Amino acid sequence: MLLMDREKGFAAMREPADGREPVAATPVSPMVIADAAETDRIAADTVGDVTAKDAVICVRGGNVHYGETHALRDINLDVGRNEVIALIGPSGCGKSTFIRCLNRMNDTIESAKVTGDFRLDGQDIYARDTDVVMLRARVGMVFQKPNPFPKSIYENVAYGPRIHGLASNRAELDDIVYGSLERAGLVDEVKDRLDEPGTGLSGGQQQRLCIARTIAVNPEVILMDEPCSALDPIATARIEDLIDELSQKYAIAIVTHSMQQAARVSNRTAYFHLGRLVEVGPTDKIFTNPSHKLTEDYVTGRFG
Amino acid sequence: MRLTTLALILIVMALAAFFLGRRRAIAIGGPPGAARKLHSLPKYHGYYASLWCVLPGLVVLLAWAALSDTLITSRVIDSLPEALRNQPEAQLSLTLNDIRNLAAGQMVDESRRAEFEVAAGLYTELRAASRRILSGLIIAVSFLGFAVAWGRLKPQFRARNHVELAIKVALIAASMVAILTTLGILLSVTFEAIRFFRQVPFADFLFGLNWSPQTAIRADQVGSSGAFGAVPLFAGTLLISGIALFVAVPIGLMIAIYLSEYAKPAVRRVVKPILEVLAGIPTVVYGYFAALTVAPVIRQVGASLGLDVASESALGAGLVMGVMIIPFVSSLSDDVINAVPRAMREGSYGLGATKSETIKRVILPAALPGIVGGVLLAASRAIGETMIVVMAAGLSANLTANPLESVTTVTVQIVTLLVGDQEFDSPKTLAAFALGLVLFVVTLILNIIALQVVRRYREQYD
Repeated sequence: MLLMDREKGFAAMREPADGREPVAATPVSPMVIADAAETDRIAADTVGDVTAKDAVICVRGGNVHYGETHALRDINLDVGRNEVIALIGPSGCGKSTFIRCLNRMNDTIESAKVTGDFRLDGQDIYARDTDVVMLRARVGMVFQKPNPFPKSIYENVAYGPRIHGLASNRAELDDIVYGSLERAGLVDEVKDRLDEPGTGLSGGQQQRLCIARTIAVNPEVILMDEPCSALDPIATARIEDLIDELSQKYAIAIVTHSMQQAARVSNRTAYFHLGRLVEVGPTDKIFTNPSHKLTEDYVTGRFG
Repeated sequence: MRLTTLALILIVMALAAFFLGRRRAIAIGGPPGAARKLHSLPKYHGYYASLWCVLPGLVVLLAWAALSDTLITSRVIDSLPEALRNQPEAQLSLTLNDIRNLAAGQMVDESRRAEFEVAAGLYTELRAASRRILSGLIIAVSFLGFAVAWGRLKPQFRARNHVELAIKVALIAASMVAILTTLGILLSVTFEAIRFFRQVPFADFLFGLNWSPQTAIRADQVGSSGAFGAVPLFAGTLLISGIALFVAVPIGLMIAIYLSEYAKPAVRRVVKPILEVLAGIPTVVYGYFAALTVAPVIRQVGASLGLDVASESALGAGLVMGVMIIPFVSSLSDDVINAVPRAMREGSYGLGATKSETIKRVILPAALPGIVGGVLLAASRAIGETMIVVMAAGLSANLTANPLESVTTVTVQIVTLLVGDQEFDSPKTLAAFALGLVLFVVTLILNIIALQVVRRYREQYD
């Protein structure tokens, strides 16, 4: 009964719309576009150029189901080498799900089912013979909440190189650890206390330790899932500077809820909405002159 | 008045005090939802009145229970004839027992009935009087307490803070019960053990290699050396517990890792309760399983390998005990492994670690304290286990490290020392307390060592 009423309500709101175009013209209230079917109708095709020059990651027709929930719908998106791409959108829109597909972190979730074509350097990420261990060494991940291991700072960074056998002796391992800490901008703060637990650092230092840990295995792509959401503005600024430096060497995909952050750190921005990739384009265009109504509503703060 | 009636009256009074207190609070503070004139919610005023009604009565009851018997007894003794009154202490206490029995209508020595009848009558009378006074006193004190509380109920009265304090005190008291009980057990065992050590030198007991507690009653008895060397018993305990832990720790840990990291939730939901059933099987059942099923198998296997296996072997008892304590290790370890945050796992997987690498390098170090706790619990179960050993490992105190021989343990010997008719001042009986004391100290030391291990190797994750 309730459902029928809702259907009627939506139908009534749709009535003045004639086909697809007028929707963008009529003011769309957040309540209406919070409906998945509606999003399908007005954002079935992504606006903007999804391809990237010299793409390292290439996704075509990516779909993810969590049990009954269709969390990602027909995503096409490339990530270029030495590019920082920001993924923005309201909570639950699928941006985290998307980056977790790129290093198969969704494998650890029982109910997740991934379909579509995900490629890293032309190799199928979800092929039967893909070694997840090697994949994750090439596509590193930094998480929302800093999660250093309850080990010493040194051991945190040495963890990846050890399990992948990247160092043949202690001196080489030392080099990797120092180099990674240096590139993560942490070496000056921790060089005298490498044997103290990583969990004793401040939140921002912990997150930089996690970044150092990730780059210690020398990945090609770094995925960041809201890396600054648990940090104060100063720690955030340091991480953003770091992302800028790292983009010289790595492709970075960063999920963020902060539009300013996306504008500051990224070259390209992709706007997700209820499992759809609505619009993708150069960051300055997305923030100054978005083509899609949904993107405009979001970046101007009308909702989300 | 009977104690149950008194308890009922108190409960009714407490309830009445609660409702009266609450009503008064509403009356002086205005209806709920009106501008808040009351500092505390009306129900706290109710609780406060109720507490004041019950607690003083309980204090009186406890004090009376502690004192009344001494008072009554001394009055009864005073009433006894000169000859009885001046008996030695032990005799006097026997006489008093007879009087109590007579008062309770139980069998007494008929020849002395007449002698005790007057005293028994007095005893009954005094007890009845004591009951009446107690009942009156408690009810009076409760009313008084309620009146005090009633006088304090004012809008600005901080009833909530008082009630919170009462709750805190109650919780502290509850934890004191456990501590005081432990202390009491320790003290009682210590005093008996000291009596034992007056008769048998401490060093002989602790370092003696020969256990044969049968003391000679007559001088010409043979085979009753009365040797109290505890080393064979502790060696036997260590051997059997060692075998049990050798079985239980690896298997239990692997079960825990499988259940928490590899098994599907459906499998886990079925397997975990089944495992926990293992812990619920009575040890007697394990005992005959060990003696009738496992021991013959070990014997046959040993014979086919050309080994000489005793029909009651430490190995059989140890293996079965190991199976019994698997759930202690697996269940507790499973819980702590599950408590390791998901973020730790994701961090490790995200760096390309495999499942087993993640478990070995991240999860087990983080879960170490809980795992050691589980192992300790299992170890104390193994050390304290008696029935399986009685049935499957025998009673002979051999000093051996060979698991194929028959051994005995500390707890088994404590049982055999205390079973049957015993004099409570012979070294044979008192030895049980000395064994208990040493066992207590040994397990305490084990616990301290384990705590140190945990502190040293723990990786704290939050």
